[in-house]
Amino acid sequence: METEGLLFQAFVYLLAAVATVPIAKQLGLGSVLGYLLAGVIIGPHLLALVGHGGGGVMHVAEFGVVMMLFLVGLELRPNLLWRLRGPIVGTGGAQVILTTLAVAGLALAIGIRIKPALAIGMIFSASSTAIALQTLTEKGLLNSKGGQTSFSVLLFQDLAVIPILAILPLLAVSGSAVSPSSAHGAEVAPWQRALIVVGVVAAIIAGGRFLVRPVFRYLASLRLHEIFTAAALLLVVGIALAMQKVGLSPALGTFLAGVVLAESEYRHELESDIEPFKGLLLGLFFISVGASIDLPLIKSQPLVIAGLVFSLITVKFLLLFFIGKMTRLEKSQNFTFAFALAQGGEFAFVLISFAAQNQVIDQRIGNLLVATVALSMVMAPFLFTINERLVQPSFSSQLPDREADEIDEKDNPVILAGFGRFGHIVGRVLNLQRIKTTVLDLDADQVELVRKLGVKVFYGDASRLELLHAAGADTAKLIIIAIDDEEKSLLIVETVQKHFPKLQILARAAGRDHAYRLLHHGVDHIFRETLGSSLDLSVAALRMLGFRAYEAQRAAKAFRDYDEQTVRELAQYSEDESQLIAQAKQRISSLDEIFQIERHRSPQPDAGWDPPQPT
Amino acid sequence: MPTSTEPMANKVLIQFAHPALQKSRVNRRLITAVRNLENVTLNDLYEEYPDFSVNVRREQQLLMSHDIIVFQHPLYWYSCPALLKEWEDLVLQYGFAYGAQGTKLNGKWALTAITTGGPTSAYQRDGSNYFTIRELLRPFEQTVRFCGMVYLPPFVISGTLALKNEDQIAGYVALYRRAVESLRDGSFDAGEFEHVSYLNEILQRSPAAA
Repeated sequence: METEGLLFQAFVYLLAAVATVPIAKQLGLGSVLGYLLAGVIIGPHLLALVGHGGGGVMHVAEFGVVMMLFLVGLELRPNLLWRLRGPIVGTGGAQVILTTLAVAGLALAIGIRIKPALAIGMIFSASSTAIALQTLTEKGLLNSKGGQTSFSVLLFQDLAVIPILAILPLLAVSGSAVSPSSAHGAEVAPWQRALIVVGVVAAIIAGGRFLVRPVFRYLASLRLHEIFTAAALLLVVGIALAMQKVGLSPALGTFLAGVVLAESEYRHELESDIEPFKGLLLGLFFISVGASIDLPLIKSQPLVIAGLVFSLITVKFLLLFFIGKMTRLEKSQNFTFAFALAQGGEFAFVLISFAAQNQVIDQRIGNLLVATVALSMVMAPFLFTINERLVQPSFSSQLPDREADEIDEKDNPVILAGFGRFGHIVGRVLNLQRIKTTVLDLDADQVELVRKLGVKVFYGDASRLELLHAAGADTAKLIIIAIDDEEKSLLIVETVQKHFPKLQILARAAGRDHAYRLLHHGVDHIFRETLGSSLDLSVAALRMLGFRAYEAQRAAKAFRDYDEQTVRELAQYSEDESQLIAQAKQRISSLDEIFQIERHRSPQPDAGWDPPQPT
Repeated sequence: MPTSTEPMANKVLIQFAHPALQKSRVNRRLITAVRNLENVTLNDLYEEYPDFSVNVRREQQLLMSHDIIVFQHPLYWYSCPALLKEWEDLVLQYGFAYGAQGTKLNGKWALTAITTGGPTSAYQRDGSNYFTIRELLRPFEQTVRFCGMVYLPPFVISGTLALKNEDQIAGYVALYRRAVESLRDGSFDAGEFEHVSYLNEILQRSPAAA
């Protein structure tokens, strides 16, 4: 019976996720929104498949949050913190403090007293680490400037929860706050509670350092993989229980445990052990958020809640944009940053229940706040979509309109288009041989950065005829196309071939497909960007396996010659395949073909080194 | 088979080995002088195989499609630059260049054309190099013989370190060009080879040899 219930619940959750997430993803809305919708659908107010009486859903949600925060904590390596200390403390600090004050000000204006107003401000200051990081990663924006800034601010918010949890009891309205749910049931004064928080934090850190690490070392030495994973889970669950016992948030406790273990030598092992659970647990969490949305409450006060959600998002967005501007974030990146973090966060749920327990805010306001934060999280994917579909395109279409730099170097023999991770190496090698090179790049940030390092780089689009003229394309000998944008690269090739037929082209090829297309355009000097380093690695691997260095090197060279030839042969072969599907098939079969031919082909002949063997 | 009576021009392959041609004063000029001659193929080994991975098949094809092989290089430590030695090791395979079935090079002519920094006077018993150039080139001579080829008296330009005079260099360049052209046109008298130590002697004896 028990098992049946559990299995049924698991079935419902998994079915909801499998049914809705792919649809949301197909519609370009991201997986987060899919999970949230799944939660709403199976929640107590629609299908009521889960959470009869509210207990089930919140119980599972709690576990999702707890696990997620453990992983977030594991990611928080001290050296990563240190590298981002400027953006974290500066930008993150400004965001938390300004948002707290602004929201508190608004709350005061609508007649809420100062202490609860401040509490609401702190509750709303956090954004959703789960949604923002998940979505930024999904859209490949995490390493952009806007993504990095978002990450830094999220880190600060994660840290800020600790002092906020310590401060919240001090804001209790009556001054004799009673924690009704406190397990030990004793009355504690706010200062005592603050003391308990500090004490528990200290205990976790000290325990993690001096107790947990030796235990893990011992377990690791046993080489029992599943016991190691079990121990990690035991630690998380244990801390969660202990935190509940003293009436603190289990999520905070496991988060701290994660941070402590992030410093240990077993971090990677823990991460890879728990990584498989991460996606599903996050999904579970989002489903729980969806299920916890109190639909009747929203139905009874739709305007109030809509107003609250709108104000929350607007205030956070404006402040984030302002802060981004202050930190000189480029405009398009600043939009990404502001849209990414304009929602309320999962910590808010923890803080709301904590604040309600300490009678900082009353339960009615607490319920309103939960609905507001949850709805703002539902809105988050839409905000990303607005940014992606409406805001960002206006920047990329503006890009070519931006004036290209005046080029004052005309007689250089080489034009280098693209000065990123590929082009800059080419540029440096040429520079060391004192070859004068005119460098063009389309990434304004990159141009800025490289110029600071004293390299002369011109901003401009190398596929534009007048820019190529200005760069001296009619007198130069070579143009090196080192950009990673395949379409643009082919555009440059076409322009050069049409207008500067004497200019020799050397092109970086992103992969086989790009290589084929370049070859079709008649570009012979193609360089697949990963070929060189993967061959270097193969040589190193062969040497570690006991091959003599020269033998390994020759094997790689033989492969390279052979592969360069194969690419050229397959390029002709793939010309008539115009259909996309046919091309995909082609790629698979040609890889198979490569392996087949390889087995039958003799290596580079070096029989000359063998003693004569008359037959 | 190259003889003086052959009506067709011989095909000449120049196997050139110089690891730092950009610093060369004499070899670069020599190369330029013979590079575009008809029926002469220049195989610039260091340009072809900068990573020493000699394409054996290609090299053997080249050898088979030519009648006369010229090994042109500076003399490094009484021998050739390293890549040419690697070339020998890999290309002159058993069963191709030597052994019962290794007859692919039989009857071809082979010439060593070298430059030396020191003067001829240093290459004798009382000189700093003790041995004569001809003696020092014995390994090449025997390699060629072992492969069934005819070893020609070597073409030598010595004392290149002291060679500052433009006219003198131009003189050597013209001499080398004449040597290659004569080989191609079959205008050498094979009987003369036994009577001289260096090809230069024959060329200088008959300035208008043709």
